[in-house]
Amino acid sequence: MADQETFAQDTAGFMGSLYTAALRMTRNPADAQDLVQETYLKAYRGYGGFEAGTNLKAWLYRILTNTFINTYRSRARRPEETELDDVEELYLFRRMGSRDDGIGRSAEDEALSWITDDEVKAALESLPENFRMTVLLADVEGFSYKEIADIMGVPIGTVMSRLHRGRRALEKALHDFGVARGLVAAR
Amino acid sequence: MNGEDYDTSVDCREALHRVYHFLDGEMTPERRDQIARHLDRCAPCLRAFGFETELRRLVANKCRDEVPDELRTRIADAIDHEHKQRLKTGGISGGAEL
Repeated sequence: MADQETFAQDTAGFMGSLYTAALRMTRNPADAQDLVQETYLKAYRGYGGFEAGTNLKAWLYRILTNTFINTYRSRARRPEETELDDVEELYLFRRMGSRDDGIGRSAEDEALSWITDDEVKAALESLPENFRMTVLLADVEGFSYKEIADIMGVPIGTVMSRLHRGRRALEKALHDFGVARGLVAAR
Repeated sequence: MNGEDYDTSVDCREALHRVYHFLDGEMTPERRDQIARHLDRCAPCLRAFGFETELRRLVANKCRDEVPDELRTRIADAIDHEHKQRLKTGGISGGAEL
C-alpha cells in the first residue's frame, strides 16, 4: 500500500509526460490541463490502493487514459476514429533514406533534420485516437507492448497492429509536411 | 563459415518486416541474434534500421511540452483541498481508502 502523505512527491516527476500525453490526446491546452488535474485527483484518492513498488508511471497513465476515454472521447467522437489507410512499410525511408535522395544528404540524422517539434506533434495528432494513444505510449513514453495493453485494456495483438499501422501513418504524415514545405519530392 | 547456415536464417524481407519488433526490444534473443547477423552483412537493411532508429529518437525528443506553472499550482491546490476535506470528514488521515 502506498502512503497518501508522499503522493505529491512520488508523482511530481511524471507531470511533464502526463501533460504531454494529455495535450496529444485532447489536442487542446485547456482540456489537457483539466485532464491532468482530474488524473492527479483520482490518483490521489486511489493512492491507498496502489501497490508500492509496482509501476507507478503505468498506473498513472491508466488513470489518464480511462479519464480521457470517459470524459473527452464521447464529446468529439468522429466516424473515422477506427479507420486508417494502409501505408506501406518504411514509407519515409523509401522516399528519403537513400543516399541519392536529391537533396545531397546521406546520414540518417541529416535526412530527418528538417522535421520540427510542431510537425512531429501535428503528425501524431493527425492519427485516429486509438492509434495516436498507442504510438504515443510506445514511441514517446517507451512503454512495452504488455504495459500498453494493460494501460489501454486491449490485447497485446491489438497493441502490435495499432503500432504497425499507426507508425506508418505517422511517417506518411511527416512526409506530407516535407512535401508541403518543398523540402521533399512528392512521389 | 564451416557449413553454418547464417545466410538463410533471415532474408531482407523478413528483417525489414521485423524492424519495429527489433527496435522495441520485443523479440526472443534468438530472433534478435538472427536479425543482428543479417544486419552485419547487409548494408541496405542496416541503413533502413538506422533510419528508423533515428526517426524513433526524433519523435520521442520533439514531442515534449512544458507543464505550465498554473497547472502545477492548480493540482497542488486541488490535492490540498481534497486532503483537508478528508481530515474533516474521515477523521483519520490517509485511512479512508484501503
